[in-house]
Amino acid sequence: MTKSKKSSNLMTYAGTFGALLILCIIFTIFSRNFLTFSNFMSILRQSSFNCLLSVGMLLCLITAGIDLSVGANATFCACLAGMMVNKGVNNSFVLIVVIIVAGVLIGWINGTLLTRLHLPHPFVSTLGMKNVLWGAGLIVTGSQMVSFSGLNGVMWLGSASIGSFPVSFVMVIIIYIIMHVLLTRTSLGRSIYCAGGNPEATRLSGINSANVLTFCYVISGLMAALAGLVSIGRSGICNGVNAIQPYDTDAIASCIIGGASFMGGKGTMLGTMLGALIIQTLRNGFTLLSIDSAMQNSILGLVIIGAVLLDVTRERMEAKARRLAAK
Amino acid sequence: MSEYVVELKNATKRFPGVVALKNMQLAVKPGEILGLIGENGAGKSTLIKVLTGVHQADEGQIFVDGVEQHFKNPNDSAAAGIACVYQELNIEKLLSITDNIFINKWIKGKGGLLDYSAMHKKAKEVMASLGQDVDPTKPAGNFGMGVQQMIEIAKAVLINAKMIIMDEPTSSLGEKEVEQLMKTCRELKSRGIGIVFVSHKLEELFELCDRVTVIRDGEYISTKPIDEWDNDSLITAMVGRSLDNQFPKEFGTKSAEPMLQAEHLMEAGVLRDVSFEAYGGQILGFAGLVGAGRTETMRAIFGADPLDSGKIIIKGKEVQIKSPSQAIKAGIAFLTEDRKGQGLVLAQSIRTNLILANMKGFSDGPFLNEKRILEAGEKNIASLRIKTPSIDEIVGQLSGGNQQKVVIGKWVNTDADIFIFDEPTRGIDVGAKVEVYNVMNDLVKQGKCVIMVSSEMPEILGMSDRVIVMRGGEVMADVDRDSKHFNQEDLMKAAWGGKLDD
Repeated sequence: MTKSKKSSNLMTYAGTFGALLILCIIFTIFSRNFLTFSNFMSILRQSSFNCLLSVGMLLCLITAGIDLSVGANATFCACLAGMMVNKGVNNSFVLIVVIIVAGVLIGWINGTLLTRLHLPHPFVSTLGMKNVLWGAGLIVTGSQMVSFSGLNGVMWLGSASIGSFPVSFVMVIIIYIIMHVLLTRTSLGRSIYCAGGNPEATRLSGINSANVLTFCYVISGLMAALAGLVSIGRSGICNGVNAIQPYDTDAIASCIIGGASFMGGKGTMLGTMLGALIIQTLRNGFTLLSIDSAMQNSILGLVIIGAVLLDVTRERMEAKARRLAAK
Repeated sequence: MSEYVVELKNATKRFPGVVALKNMQLAVKPGEILGLIGENGAGKSTLIKVLTGVHQADEGQIFVDGVEQHFKNPNDSAAAGIACVYQELNIEKLLSITDNIFINKWIKGKGGLLDYSAMHKKAKEVMASLGQDVDPTKPAGNFGMGVQQMIEIAKAVLINAKMIIMDEPTSSLGEKEVEQLMKTCRELKSRGIGIVFVSHKLEELFELCDRVTVIRDGEYISTKPIDEWDNDSLITAMVGRSLDNQFPKEFGTKSAEPMLQAEHLMEAGVLRDVSFEAYGGQILGFAGLVGAGRTETMRAIFGADPLDSGKIIIKGKEVQIKSPSQAIKAGIAFLTEDRKGQGLVLAQSIRTNLILANMKGFSDGPFLNEKRILEAGEKNIASLRIKTPSIDEIVGQLSGGNQQKVVIGKWVNTDADIFIFDEPTRGIDVGAKVEVYNVMNDLVKQGKCVIMVSSEMPEILGMSDRVIVMRGGEVMADVDRDSKHFNQEDLMKAAWGGKLDD
């Protein structure tokens, strides 16, 4: 029984993995620069940011929620560090701690608004939070870009490599493994899926649904902070304007392509990783083929719609097969 | 003209791998109430769906007023005059009664805009003719289940239905609402409308129906006038064997000291000074009308709703229960009345739902012990006879009775001492009910304390060792099985506010 469950799970990844493979083949045919070691490393480096945001997004989606503030949170955390640099703080350790504490705190506020202050849906609270952070990021930096040059400690995570393998992606892999174990093997993980499916039944089963949900938003905040840190290392700057870049929707798209659902209760780390890689591979390949960014956006949109359409259709077929088998 | 308003002949409906209906027949006379009864899975739903055009029969004929009809979809069936009030009502709660009644049948005025004054007037009339004096401009969700059901019936009346199918219409109604519904049914009958009344409650069939049709395993068994049926013959026809005892009551040994004592529980506007004690080895029944405060009492004891004041004492020790998790730690299990909304995570597997109330017990540190979960789960499936292809089946796919067994399994897995069962047999068939009773019997024989809230008087009388009757948030009576008051009349008297002498 367990075996059939596992093999069917692997089958669901086969589609996503196949799509990634086909993408790679297409780009290899059309661009001679695609299939190179250094290009692969740069895909991984570029995808770290989105991979991190997607972790928090996935947890929120599993609970039938959403966190629209992840991109703005990452930007704000970076800007906060930028403000401190402007003020003359140049201790990397202090800066990193501030970034992480700020991200976690923002996640905690999102969770508390939802669970303890009973805002109707996290769409509302996190959309509000996104705008608050967008403004705050510009205010603390005086709407100026701040350079982190010389602060190698802060830049390390986003810029360093082991050999040519990006450190940021090593961290992504470690986090994904930890989160995979958390989601599949621990009682907390199981509670997250259940709290998403039916928070009242979960509460009446003695699980503190409010704490479970808050945990998800705190993790989302933590991941956004780490992503902010990575962005500093990659670009060497922080810029409050980035808060309204489509980072949130990229993260949502990664999760959805990877099998998560807005209805909650679904989604895995492996699927999300594949989703994030598909998005980054697309962006990377299009750039190599010199397809302009407007076109990139449209095609990416079609990929998202296509992926969900495929998923929904597959689910309907499965439900039908089950109905027929049960009758 | 045929004798029947609607007649279904020799209908067969196959789904891949199974025959859902085999030579099924059903015939309803104008102005008659026909009872339709069968266990869950007997084919009632399929039969209804064939009549309403949701499914098309592979073989067989449907006649309306003697003319053969072919329903390709629900619209055809409605046009022919067949309406159905489903168990799960199709009510848009935020829209007004008028909007609900006239959905897709809007009256339009000049220029194609909706003529609300005409619709409100008509809606008011139709609802009044069904015995409901309500303001049709109010949102439907403001009203109770009884009124919402009348809205569905009003829809049927409005399309001049010749036959109305009511699928377990009383399952979510209170006593008074059931009375009103029966009155309405008789009124519709006097207008010459044929009614198919589907119910699990035999006493309702005896009170209301002219004839009763029994089906089993997709096959037609028999149709007889109501006075030729009795309880036993109906059950025998339905299950194909005689259930010697609908209520297989067994007795445990009453504990010397009470296991649970509730003292002076107060909750503003809900509970007024509720005190009682429950013993181990016994089933304590809670009787009363819907809204008497029984569920509220249990929710308060379980920490699901806050109490204003009062004490809860378990095995002689006062406990502070502020949340369900504290209640579970104190050894209380609470099977809620609404299993879909409050008992189960429908989108998750049986495996996951079974451990929901005792995650810690199935974990080593933070990690789930899959081996222990699997063992316990398979044991639950075997001992509770949960019918499922696999432990990984999604709970939402199971039938109502099997879902209820999963909830019971969830609580059995907590090693609680006090089991509160709120309407444990609501909406499940006779066979599954007996299995639920047997679980309770096993629990009391192990010395556990069982509290059963039920609105079914026969169930209360059949299974309880002692009964507490509530009304308006107060305890009205405490009746022992040996007492002379342990009968339906006296308990109902107390539930309606009467005093029982000693």
